Amino acid sequence: MRSVYRLIAVLLVFVAGLTPAFALDIKEVKSAKGVTAWLVEDHTIPLIAMSFSFSGGGAHDPKGKEGLAHFLTGMLDEGAGPLDSQAFQAKRDELAMKLSFESSLDHFEGTFQTLSRNRDAAFGLLKLALTYPHFDKAPMERVRGQFLIGAQQNREDPDRIASNAWMMAGFNDHPYARDSEGTPESIAAITTDDLKALHKALFTRKSLRLSVVGDIDAETLSRLLDESFGELPDTDPVAPPAAAIFAKGPSLKIIDRDIPQSIIMFGHDGILRSDKDFIPAYVMSFILGGGGFGSRLTTEIREKRGLTYGIGAGLYPLDHAGLFLGSVGTRNEKAKEAIDVTKDVMRRYAEEGPTADELADAKTYLTGSYALRFDSNAKIASQLLGIQQDDLGLGYINTRNDLIEAVTLDQARAQAKRLVRPDEMNITIVGRPVGVQAPGTAG
Amino acid sequence: MRFLKAAFLSAALLMPWPATAAKALNVDVSTFTLANGMQVVVIPDHRAPVVTHMVWYRAGAADEPEGEAGVAHFLEHLLFKGTPTFPAGQFSQVVRKNGGEENAFTDQDYTAYFQHIAKERLPLMMQMESDRMQNLILTDKEVLPERDVILEERRERTDNDPQSLLGEQLDAAMYTAHPYGKPVIGWRNQMEQLSKEDAISFYRKHYTPANAVLVVAGDVSRDEIEKLANEYYGKLKNTFEPKARARAAEPEPIAARRVIMSDPRAANPAVQRSYLGPSYSKALPREAEALDILAEILGGGATSRLYRKLVIQDQTASYTAAWFSGDHLDSGTFGVYGTPVPGGDVAKVEAGIDEVLADVLKNGVTTGEIERAKNKLLADTVYALDSQSSLARMFGAALTTGSTVADVLGWDKEVEAVTADDIKAAAIKVIDMRRSVTGVMTPTITATSGEPPQPVAPESSVN
Repeated sequence: MRSVYRLIAVLLVFVAGLTPAFALDIKEVKSAKGVTAWLVEDHTIPLIAMSFSFSGGGAHDPKGKEGLAHFLTGMLDEGAGPLDSQAFQAKRDELAMKLSFESSLDHFEGTFQTLSRNRDAAFGLLKLALTYPHFDKAPMERVRGQFLIGAQQNREDPDRIASNAWMMAGFNDHPYARDSEGTPESIAAITTDDLKALHKALFTRKSLRLSVVGDIDAETLSRLLDESFGELPDTDPVAPPAAAIFAKGPSLKIIDRDIPQSIIMFGHDGILRSDKDFIPAYVMSFILGGGGFGSRLTTEIREKRGLTYGIGAGLYPLDHAGLFLGSVGTRNEKAKEAIDVTKDVMRRYAEEGPTADELADAKTYLTGSYALRFDSNAKIASQLLGIQQDDLGLGYINTRNDLIEAVTLDQARAQAKRLVRPDEMNITIVGRPVGVQAPGTAG
Repeated sequence: MRFLKAAFLSAALLMPWPATAAKALNVDVSTFTLANGMQVVVIPDHRAPVVTHMVWYRAGAADEPEGEAGVAHFLEHLLFKGTPTFPAGQFSQVVRKNGGEENAFTDQDYTAYFQHIAKERLPLMMQMESDRMQNLILTDKEVLPERDVILEERRERTDNDPQSLLGEQLDAAMYTAHPYGKPVIGWRNQMEQLSKEDAISFYRKHYTPANAVLVVAGDVSRDEIEKLANEYYGKLKNTFEPKARARAAEPEPIAARRVIMSDPRAANPAVQRSYLGPSYSKALPREAEALDILAEILGGGATSRLYRKLVIQDQTASYTAAWFSGDHLDSGTFGVYGTPVPGGDVAKVEAGIDEVLADVLKNGVTTGEIERAKNKLLADTVYALDSQSSLARMFGAALTTGSTVADVLGWDKEVEAVTADDIKAAAIKVIDMRRSVTGVMTPTITATSGEPPQPVAPESSVN
């Protein structure tokens, strides 16, 4: 039986004095085999964009085989079904379809785009990649070489070194502490059987989330969902990793690298996306360190003092651990000043919270800019997938701006007190920082 | 770029990949010119009630005075500082309060400012953007910290990254006379000396309506924009008459150059070569299109010639790439790239690339290859329709690098018309060692094999 649920979500845009609204018509489409997708139908341009994900990612890599999920992202288009690697790639080029995979700690995601005129053939090729990948030896060794090079470069990349060390400081031996792209040693240890086992464990219809946007109707999509995903097993998803508690600071780790700019990561534990106070906490953290100009940290560290090109801080919720995380790059000579001022700004913010004006401005920005995330097929597909991964429900787009509007000054201040803790931070510095205290005392 | 959002837990970019925009579009673009000479382009896209508003100036790093490398980009940062109407930092605050996103970027041939915002806020954006075209006020209190910011930007994007440093050296070696040889961000020693007066002088010399292009993409019509553009930009008086840009002419290259850089922070060796070629606006008919097709045949994905020869057949390389960068006013570059397999020999990669190029020069490319590459490039023009900001950038870049709206819209016809002979002729003209700079990056200690460092050639070395 095929059933199509039709729901209308209205995306409200609040701009000071104006309340223009536009409707984003999201349908929930369920195929005969029970594959469910969120669909936004729009025939303006002859393209279809799809984003999808399975539960499980780098955090599920076996110990010593770190980078396995990442390795799998590179193997799905290297031969599948009746096609060997070169034949698959030639077919993909001929169809001019776009297909890529990436793995985060918690999710394995795919991004797919096709021209309308090649629609059915492209969904057919996607099915082969998802269901019948080969893992042949020669392409596997090529991909291994590519990921080995990537892992070697990661070891020299200051941002990567800093974030890995920061996660290590907080998560110790929890899988979240591992580099999801692996190390040269772990990548060398990965076998065909490892890839096959992970493919079997991750690619299950039970954990599949899908969003489709563009030139396709519900009936056609329903048929193609079964074509592309219908032969995947309906087994249980992988077990989630244990809940992780980010270790309480203060701690300081300096990793010596001969670079002119110190890369500094700072922060402590935070909250999960499912926390009942997530929205007030999100608004609060945006005022402190959110993107672009106007945040307290950017104003103090960059605008007034010229200490950095970029500073940001905010909530970073993983599926099983919440983080409050910030980063800043500054010349080695100014590392101490940058850290000191950052802590001062945080300390004052924790005590006083935002002002009424700051809260009002943050609300107008956050509500007014929400629509900007929905101005292309590819962006809408990505947004809708994120909402599904966070289990926020199909109506979330309707209510999201109301939730932001409803945040009170008292709520924001309470969240600042709760979640901004400059004296408990784990700080990791990569570079040759001058004047920063030795490990053990975070200044 | 004025602002780089902090990237958390981000993966490293593996290799340089200059963007080659697809350019032919089945889209209802209109263009007109205001009485003061400011050109306007309107790209309607009614799928969401938002707009991308951009103002592009025909002025970039290649237009800087000698000795002031980086001033075009410095001025880009300073344009956010204030005017009598929107003083000290208010520009960004107003954009943010209205739910908008904003940024700006500088390249060799242009500087551009943009906002992405609800369509109702477009008049306000035009009011502010037209205001700062002529009424900028700067004080040292704002200018000096901002100079520190651009120095931090240079550290973050260039000095902390050996691949970026090598890229800078390759450009410097490529151009004997032309200013494309200096980096857009600027040389550190010259950036440290930039003053408020230098920035204002660049502003007075280049920022005027007749030297600017307005591009609006999104939920708008030509009529609406014609009215708004006249209201906000049309009333501006030109402060000077822009002349055709004449940069120092590059002499015909006569010698292959080689830049070898050894840096312990480079994890892997790599080889990259650029050839001086034509730009889209200076090329012969179909020549630039032929080079785009050739780049696709050589380096486009896992079925390309370089990948099949070096990665699959010889197994000497892990990554290969090729590109044509033609969106410039005076000249373009054709590039190839390869990274050896872990522990492999970069010399073998370079030899493999040379073999592939020699074969193309001798035997040309096949009809099948040409058809596949055209299919890919033409499909990209359909994918480009999905992003209003990419479309706006495509037109802005074209109009500030000597091309026209008609050139952009007619690109697909030109691509379709390219023949095997066109490709061979373009290849023979451009892929000539005398026109080339080859850059080799060697880690000081090879990470995988523990081998001693590669010998450093005497010509040019940076550490």
